[in-house]
Amino acid sequence: MPGDNLLEIENLRISFATAAGVAKVLDGVNVAVRPGEIMGLVGESGCGKTTLANAILGITARNALHQSGTISFHGEDLLAMPGRRMQDEIRGRRITFIPQDPIGSFNPLFPIGTQAMEVMKWKSPRRARREGRGAVGLFGRYPRRRRAADATAVAQMLRAVQMPVSGGVLRKLPHEFSGGQRQRLMIALALLPQPQLVIADEPTSALDVTIQAQILKLLKRLAKSSGVAVLFTTHDLGTAYEICDRVTVMYAGQEVETAPVDTFFRRPRHPYTVRLLESLPRRGRELSEIGGEIPQLTRPPVGCRFHPRCARASDACRNARPAIAQLDGAHRVRCYHPFDEVAS
Amino acid sequence: MSLAPILRADGLSRHFPVRNAFGWRTGTVRALDGVSFEVFAGEALGIVGESGCGKSTLGKTLVGIHAPAGGRVLFEGTDITGQPASARRGLAAKLQYCYQDPGHSLDPRWTVRRSLMEPLIVHTALTAGEREARIDQIMSQVGLPPTHLDLYPHELSGGQQRRVGLARILMLNPRLVILDEPTSGLDVSVQSSVLKLLRQLQSAFSLTYLFVSHDLTVVRAMCDRIAVMYLGRIVELAATEALFATAKHPYTQSLLAAIPEIGGRRVSDTFALEGDPPDPARPPSGCRFRTRCPRAAAVCAETDPLLRPIAPAQSVACLRV
Repeated sequence: MPGDNLLEIENLRISFATAAGVAKVLDGVNVAVRPGEIMGLVGESGCGKTTLANAILGITARNALHQSGTISFHGEDLLAMPGRRMQDEIRGRRITFIPQDPIGSFNPLFPIGTQAMEVMKWKSPRRARREGRGAVGLFGRYPRRRRAADATAVAQMLRAVQMPVSGGVLRKLPHEFSGGQRQRLMIALALLPQPQLVIADEPTSALDVTIQAQILKLLKRLAKSSGVAVLFTTHDLGTAYEICDRVTVMYAGQEVETAPVDTFFRRPRHPYTVRLLESLPRRGRELSEIGGEIPQLTRPPVGCRFHPRCARASDACRNARPAIAQLDGAHRVRCYHPFDEVAS
Repeated sequence: MSLAPILRADGLSRHFPVRNAFGWRTGTVRALDGVSFEVFAGEALGIVGESGCGKSTLGKTLVGIHAPAGGRVLFEGTDITGQPASARRGLAAKLQYCYQDPGHSLDPRWTVRRSLMEPLIVHTALTAGEREARIDQIMSQVGLPPTHLDLYPHELSGGQQRRVGLARILMLNPRLVILDEPTSGLDVSVQSSVLKLLRQLQSAFSLTYLFVSHDLTVVRAMCDRIAVMYLGRIVELAATEALFATAKHPYTQSLLAAIPEIGGRRVSDTFALEGDPPDPARPPSGCRFRTRCPRAAAVCAETDPLLRPIAPAQSVACLRV
């Protein structure tokens, strides 16, 4: 059903030139996001989550050597889109971004109200609809009618993320907010352009557990009420369980398993996923580890990249990467020897 | 677990000055404010809390990295606060502090052998042959081949560096090791191997752990007792099972309610605690949690609750329990 997907990444390969050689960071990744769903992208550090997020936004680093595959958004290939159109219509407008570390993403010298209005000046949905007189040019004025409407939208959004608008919040500088409040502001900025897709890159991993729970609750509520799709990258399986509708697991630059969240946690099929879930500490159970280490991306193993650490690996795994196997329903796994239905 | 505590903190305080742009002192952060507890030999005591609650300050004050503003630390019955440096040196063999990633504490220009040798030269009178034998023994205990002894830290992987760092800490057979966030920032699969190693070492060396962490699931898997801290105070101290079964303090309850539980209820549907922790330089009067507490009453603003036992293995600092 390719037509149903908002975002569809097919066979994406990205390599980078590094001092140690060519790192094949993404190697044939397939991920799809449907409109309005929260898709979790789960994997350990170095598995290519952030590279994937950057590729969607068209901000892949300049030392990228080799890029192939497609990233289609509403049926249009973003990799083939001219940079100017990408900047005007997609990045920050129809696809927005929530970073892991909000303090590094706000300008420390400007009040957050100014920064919110700056976003709206260029990325407001009203600008796309050409409301107000004239478009904003490099030295262009901010049309007054649109400015007033945008300011109202900012105030509404701050209320939606439970930031009090009174008391001069808009005149405060980023350092005057706590980490949780800054992440609320980031969520507000990401939702203000009324995007169709928000890419949230580990938005809660820098937060304390009670603040994390608040932010997840907020993000889930806002995403569901505004119908925006979220691509939520995380290394924390508990967070993915909290918020996602579907989950895709990545290992060393390849996606290995995709499933609806309940199926995923109840009946994981890929050996990596199973071992990952078993390695969560739990009372009354022996700690289990996966064993081995994540492969060097400059010299990745041939075939399935998990095979050196996999107890089920056979010759087939060492020769070629398994194709996507469609299991029951929406459960897709890339493995020659997946676990049975009853396992784990 | 013997009955005599190996370490006792008695009303321990540590304050940090708040200075303005001119360097004038404008306030005080009470990072630790009258913390008392005991650690028993052979147990693992977990210290949990959110960032800024003083849990790392507690670990550092116990080993003497920070000088306490008040209170005492008794290690094996002797008061070690304000000891002269010469007496401290002897203590280092028995009380060790482990930073978040012990691998980062290695000197990059020293081989593994030299890093492991140093504590033996400083603290013991072993001959060169005995030192070598001790190093070989500890390398096998942390699961590293003796061939790694002549490598430099950058030639090892992150996990192996961590093992060398731990080997160095255990070189002198300490009795108590304070672990400061040993798993934060790690992926789950790496985390589980670190925890497994820590547990193996605990039984091999009959260690006592003070395990400082923000992650309740890790502490639950590792510790016998847990102390929950909020803004420089211990608000609840209980055996692990008791804490998870019958947490009494409203803050502990919120903390437990915030942990995602795979396969169970979803926190994002049920979580109720609002707001952020207050500024530690200006804590609220009375109970410090009252500004966020769902059960706060007028009395909470007036009286400062003390940690008091409510069950054999459970103490709570709350007026409303």
